[in-house]
Formats: sequence, C-alpha cells, structure tokens
Amino acid sequence: MLVNQFLILAAVLFCIGVYGVIARRNAVMVLMSIELILNSVNLNLIAFALRNGSADGHVFALYIIAVAAAEVGVGLALVLLVYRNRKSIGLEELSEMKG
Amino acid sequence: MVAQNIAFGIVAAVMVWGALRVVTVNNVVHAALWLVLVLAGAAAQYVILAAEFVAITQVLVYIGAVMVLFLFGTMLTRARIGAERELNNKSWWLGVPSSVLLLGVITLALVSGFGDEELPKDAAVVSTQEISDLIFGPYLLPFWALSFVLLVAVIGAIVLARKD
Repeated sequence: MLVNQFLILAAVLFCIGVYGVIARRNAVMVLMSIELILNSVNLNLIAFALRNGSADGHVFALYIIAVAAAEVGVGLALVLLVYRNRKSIGLEELSEMKG
Repeated sequence: MVAQNIAFGIVAAVMVWGALRVVTVNNVVHAALWLVLVLAGAAAQYVILAAEFVAITQVLVYIGAVMVLFLFGTMLTRARIGAERELNNKSWWLGVPSSVLLLGVITLALVSGFGDEELPKDAAVVSTQEISDLIFGPYLLPFWALSFVLLVAVIGAIVLARKD
C-alpha cells in the first residue's frame, strides 16, 4: 500500500466537499459537505499515524470526530432557528447579516 | 498486500461515487443516505489502516448519532421530503473550476512530496490501550478542552433551539 493512495483519496473527498460548500444553497446540505471535508482530514491523520508508527494521529482523529459532532449539533440548531424566523433554510436568507 | 489494495480500490470507488452523489442529488434525505455510505467507507478504510478503535467510533458517532441528527434537522426544517429544485446556488458552476484546481494543486504536491513511498508492511493494529494511554497522558489537556466544547455545544444547541 502506498501512502499516496490514501492521501489522494482524502484529497478527492476534500475537493468534493469544497464543491458542495460552494454549490449548495440549502444549509443542511452545506453541513453535510463540511462532514465530507472533516472525514477526509481524518483519513489523512490515520494514514500518517500508520506511516509514522505512532498512535498520535488516532487521538487527533477521535478529537476531530467529537468536534464534528458538536459542530453538527450547534449548526443544526442554528438552521432550525433560521427556519423558524424565515420559513426557509436557503443561505441567501442570511444575506442581511452582512454589516 | 494485494488483497488490501483490492479492498482499498473497491471501497475508495464506492466512497468517491457516494460523495459525488451527496453533492449532486436533489433530495436532502437521499443525500443523507449517500453520506452514510461515504462514512461507512471511511470506517472500512480505517480498518485497512489498522485503526480499529477509530473505525468503531466512526460507526457509533457518525453513522449512529450525526446522521440521526441530520435526518431530524431535515424533518424539522422541511415539511415535504421529496425532491427539490432549489438546492443549488445560481452560481453553483463556480464550484467546479475551484475544486478541480484545488484537487490538481493538492495532487501535484502529494505526488512530488511522497512519490511512491510505501506504508509499513506488517504494522500491528493500534490497540485501544495505546490510544487511551495517549489521551489520558500527554493529550489530557485537549481532552478536557474538548469536554467543555461538547458541554457548551449541548447548552448552546438547547438555548438556540428552545421555543420561547
């Protein structure tokens, strides 16, 4: 197994996630794309943990999973709040927030 | 080693296909189900990379908890569950060149940086004990910080989503 096959898979997933964040209008879909990005980072960390022969990468991957769970919880609460005020979760509804 | 490469190839193809469907499909619930496929594929890759504990955590937290949260979010914010026209921005096509460009740059950097470096052949599976020794040893402070992050996220989500 090459190191690069895992890293390039993670890069492909990362770029698909970036495309989703740019292209999607629905806030829930943007959050799903962010999950794709976080997962690609985790794949990188685990691959480097195996390459370097240490378990540090595993610890970071677990921390990222926990942070992602917190992020989804708060993000969906925000989406719910936007929906309650605007009856829509299109991100263009938030354009009034710019200063 | 050959068997591992075949497993990697199959799972990677499924993951990339699932990820593409997540960002292109016109139905929020279908996108969530495709995302489950990608997350399960990531768990399989962790097993290939000898990371059992992270793979199990991935299944428990992502497929178990985060996806339920997504489906609840979809349910609470959309009365109808069917296909929708307006899931994409008007300028969605801008995402294609930017992400392709990003992929090109990252791939170039990875190929020139790592070339065809091999992973260690017979690496032992990282045991849960080893990970817990690290978490409750050198990484204890980030662990505490993370506990507070989760606590704040729980309280924040309750405060935000509560009806007054």
